[in-house]
Amino acid sequence: MIFGIKDYWSKDKWTKESLIFDLFVLDQLINDMTNTQILLSAETLNIQSCIDWVMSPESGGIDVFIGTVRNATKGKAVLKLDFEAYEPMAVTEMEKIVQQAFDKWPVQRVLIHHRTGVLQVGEVPVIIAVSAAHRDAAFDACRYIIDTLKQTVPIWKKEAFEDGDIWVAAHP
Amino acid sequence: MKINVLAFGVAKEIFGSSLVSLELTNDATIYNLKYLLEQQYPRLKQLASYMVAVNNEYALPGDTIHERDEIAIIPPVSGG
Repeated sequence: MIFGIKDYWSKDKWTKESLIFDLFVLDQLINDMTNTQILLSAETLNIQSCIDWVMSPESGGIDVFIGTVRNATKGKAVLKLDFEAYEPMAVTEMEKIVQQAFDKWPVQRVLIHHRTGVLQVGEVPVIIAVSAAHRDAAFDACRYIIDTLKQTVPIWKKEAFEDGDIWVAAHP
Repeated sequence: MKINVLAFGVAKEIFGSSLVSLELTNDATIYNLKYLLEQQYPRLKQLASYMVAVNNEYALPGDTIHERDEIAIIPPVSGG
């Protein structure tokens, strides 16, 4: 953000040029507020609505990563997964990752939707969608976002096996 | 000072609760907090690693804790 709304309205000199510049900046601000969507939800994620949201006439391509619940870990049958999040911090950390993606690549819209609660095999815990004018940026940013999310965002999953439950990655 | 510590994932099971209260000295650091917690809950030391968050940000061992800070134990994350 370049300046706040308060500064914007307290300007005392209005010229045509400054007004055009200010409208440009304001447009950028509004754009900044709508080029990112982050959601933590206990409800089923909607893949199509995520794709629709990142699509724009300026985009040349969209990259989507869809995580799915796998039926086994190291050969052992997984019955279901239970996701828990430290919600305010998870959202803050996801916002940081998205900002890093915008800083690193010329991407246009970025979306992260992540589930909480119990998911059955085949259900979708995470969707990442990125649009860009050219595919390299979309591929690279999408990969970066899911890889970083797995390292920094405070969300945990517990795998349910037939002989008990295990928090993933908790123990060496 | 008395502080509350939030626990998530496996830490919640180790504490037996999603919230524990601790008494710390006024200039206590993250390092001091971890030491105290590991004395009371030795199973914490068996984790692959764990971080402490203060007011929704990852904290460093030397960071000082203040009264009314929101403290959380962050065991290894596994989202996605």
